[in-house]
Amino acid sequence: MPEATGTDDIDGVQIDLISGQRMDGMASMEKIRMILDGVHDGNIVILEEGLTPDEESKLIEVTMAEISPDEFNGIEIETYPKSGPSDSSLLGRIMGNDESTAKLTVIGPANQIETLHKDETLISALVSRN
Amino acid sequence: MGLFTELKDSISRATDRLFSEQEPKRIGIYGPPNAGKTTLANRIARDWTGDAVGAESHIPHETRRARRKEDVEIERNGKTVTIDIVDTPGVTTKVDYEEFTDEMDKDDAVRRSREATEGVAEAMHWLREDVDGVIYVLDSAEDPITQVNTMLIGIIESRDLPVLIFANKIDLDESSVKRIEDAFPQHKTVPLSAKEGENMDEVYDNIAEYFG
Repeated sequence: MPEATGTDDIDGVQIDLISGQRMDGMASMEKIRMILDGVHDGNIVILEEGLTPDEESKLIEVTMAEISPDEFNGIEIETYPKSGPSDSSLLGRIMGNDESTAKLTVIGPANQIETLHKDETLISALVSRN
Repeated sequence: MGLFTELKDSISRATDRLFSEQEPKRIGIYGPPNAGKTTLANRIARDWTGDAVGAESHIPHETRRARRKEDVEIERNGKTVTIDIVDTPGVTTKVDYEEFTDEMDKDDAVRRSREATEGVAEAMHWLREDVDGVIYVLDSAEDPITQVNTMLIGIIESRDLPVLIFANKIDLDESSVKRIEDAFPQHKTVPLSAKEGENMDEVYDNIAEYFG
């Protein structure tokens, strides 16, 4: 992720909105590293197309390994619920037809972001500086 | 012995292993912290083996290591189903040691939180590599639509693992089994109270049906 410039003297929260196109060419661990590096810096990371279930599983695992008392408590993550029961077939997934990964995902440091409300069409979150 | 015969025997042994009587299926008990996973694991283990699996507590993250109880033989309708039950630490995306400082001093709280994070990572690893089916335990007095539940159910579905949802703590006044059924309509939900032993016959019928 290129460094944002000229933000040091501004008291605010950086939000990185990452397009599906940018994520397409990345390996799973590159995505996870990019997300957690951003979150460690206190940024809110918004993914246009989210992660696969396997990547979400690894994200939880790597997050746990990086939790450190008084420094990093983990992440808050929210996605829109899937728009219906999971009925995609194995063949569909192999063929890349699974739509479950195309879900807007918001990730931030657990001590800075609090979900106020979430339903099928709205995620409302409160973000604090620290 | 010729190379061809050796190869044939080797393939035959591999096929026999694949299609012979399988090892007991490993059924992972998953869910968020404090849903009653260990209480359920202990209830099942005590009912069918006489032993417990682990300590229960109202403090979150009491279970910080996955624990397997092997060869639990459940008898239903004259048939015996043998499973290994794997009680796993509650899954979360955040652990703050200050959650525990009301109950213990800071050093113990920090140690507990570190063990809890290792436990969550271990639970995820078991889910990806080592379980054949999942019992997903939810506290029916709590809102089931949380990110952790949604993500975990999605991860379980993506691995094509058979899953039963257990709506636990039906003995509580605030319990709502329907809220869980509505949240995850694609899966069978079984109501129970692992603590009070309520509805355990239906629990065992479903375990035998889904994982036998």
